[in-house]
Amino acid sequence: MELVISLSIGVLAGSGIWLLLRPRSFQVIIGLSLISYAVNLFIFSTGRLKSDAAPILETGRDIATYADPVPQALVLTAIVIGFAMTALFLVVLLASRGLTGTDHVDGRER
Amino acid sequence: MQDMAIHPVDWLVILPVVLPLLGAALLLMLREAKEAQYWMALGTVAVLLLGDIALATRIAEQGPVSMTMGNWLPPFGISFTADLVGAVFALAAAGVTLLVLVYLRLDMPDRARRDGVYPLVLLLLAGVSGSFLTGDLFNLYVWFEVMLIASLGLMVLGGRNSQLDATVKYGFLNFFATTIFLLSLGLTYGTLGTLNMADIVAKAPAADPAVMASIAALLLLAFGMKAAAFPVNAWLPASYHAPPAAVSALMAGLLTKVGVYALLRAMTMLLPASREVLEPVLVVVALGTLILGPLGAIAETNLRRALGFLVIGGIGATVTGIALNNEAGLAGAATYVLHAMLTITGLYLVAGLIEAMTGETDTRRMGGLYAAASLPSVLFFVLMLAVAGVPPFLGFWPKLLLVEGGIAGWAPNWDGWALALWVGVLVNALLTLIAGSRLWGHIFWRAGHESAENEAPNPDLRRLDRRATWLGLAPTAVLTLAVFLLGVWPEPLLGFGKQAAAGLLQSADYVAATGVAGGEP
Repeated sequence: MELVISLSIGVLAGSGIWLLLRPRSFQVIIGLSLISYAVNLFIFSTGRLKSDAAPILETGRDIATYADPVPQALVLTAIVIGFAMTALFLVVLLASRGLTGTDHVDGRER
Repeated sequence: MQDMAIHPVDWLVILPVVLPLLGAALLLMLREAKEAQYWMALGTVAVLLLGDIALATRIAEQGPVSMTMGNWLPPFGISFTADLVGAVFALAAAGVTLLVLVYLRLDMPDRARRDGVYPLVLLLLAGVSGSFLTGDLFNLYVWFEVMLIASLGLMVLGGRNSQLDATVKYGFLNFFATTIFLLSLGLTYGTLGTLNMADIVAKAPAADPAVMASIAALLLLAFGMKAAAFPVNAWLPASYHAPPAAVSALMAGLLTKVGVYALLRAMTMLLPASREVLEPVLVVVALGTLILGPLGAIAETNLRRALGFLVIGGIGATVTGIALNNEAGLAGAATYVLHAMLTITGLYLVAGLIEAMTGETDTRRMGGLYAAASLPSVLFFVLMLAVAGVPPFLGFWPKLLLVEGGIAGWAPNWDGWALALWVGVLVNALLTLIAGSRLWGHIFWRAGHESAENEAPNPDLRRLDRRATWLGLAPTAVLTLAVFLLGVWPEPLLGFGKQAAAGLLQSADYVAATGVAGGEP
């Protein structure tokens, strides 16, 4: 599971950075989204990867068999904020596309 | 769980965030009532200012205060911890916002007022106050996003092409910076198992220094981008000139300062050991920012873009203090942030008046304003001298402290880094003076446009009407007066700097106030 998670974080971050360096605003926003997905997965994995483990404590059981609930809460917050930012930013980009007639990040073709 | 009743001072810590958030929500509902909206926004910020004064006074007398949401036992739950640096910065931010709100009445087109400029200003202030007062790194990330959303909204109000273009650049880079910040938060939680700042102070020394250094490097990149420090500063001059002058004054006065504050907090207090590893990087960043800022301002012909470069030069001065990391240097950085909040906001407000009177944004086509409007020219002159750090004004003292810190770091063992830093501060002052006086000469002193016959008077000057003069000049004059008074009577400022530096270097009070590590909350 560790390998799968790290590979997917790596692929997401790599493609995100590649797209971030492109000149079209749509590519850049998708790149930013991919990077934030990678970061979200990374935060999720900082609670250590466990399957079949509940985050709710019961008395009398070993604490090592529990999942850490904090990264899950963190990542949920980060996902919501990232989603809102992307949506808001898409509106700005659409307005910019409509006004300038191009989707180049500089607002004009080179 | 504890069964302690909520202490009144807990309310005081959280008030600077709750009040503007509630105000913003309320004003959003009152969108149609333009007059009421304005006065309510002013009232909210005024009450907030009183709350901030009470909080700062209390902290100056009795040390840092902390409260944790839902009465959880720290390090669990989200803590709000206010120490002197945070509380005084929040106070200055509220004061600056109040003055900009007065100016905003003059500057905003009617459409922007209907589109919710006042709620957005309050939301921005909530984000700024929250960043200054929070005691939790993840919460800091949330406030960063609140600020980013509010500032995106403020930036597009009016909807001209150049504004959207500026917003795209501003948004992309700041969004990227907060993503990097989030990444470092993940690493921090994975390594230390906590995001509470006081708890990080306690746990960081025991962790693997290599991991902590990479966390610090990521934080430096993220906060450096937010603060527009040297290699990642390109977004600031590309975006701050586009929105109306009042909005850019607010953003230039507050947003980059939040980045600097976060850097100060993270490097000096949270991860002092990693700061030492990163010291060469910090020195290079500081020197690059110190020199490139004013050089850019000299080369630039667009007035507010040139001011943007002066903002960057000031960021260099504060990073210098962080790189020096001794008492005088940190006091210099903390007082510089205060000084920059007042002075830079004032400069942008005067720039708005200049643009209104000349109808131009390019300094080459301004000119002749000295004869037409002497008061703005005096204000601009004073503020420009203050930015450069000329003695009778506020800007002198932070720079003096920084030079003092540089000499203190250099003298004992001939430390070349410290020498480079204090020489850098002096060169920055000189270059800033050249840039500022050049701007002043072009805008006010020269009779007309830049051309062969520039003795011909400027034909395009407009006179402002009585109302515009009052609304525009009064806030700027108050800021300039504050810059002058704090310059000739610097005792409170220097006292604040000293106490702030001591609080950042010895974080025991901060940790004790939060009540982590088994202490009594």
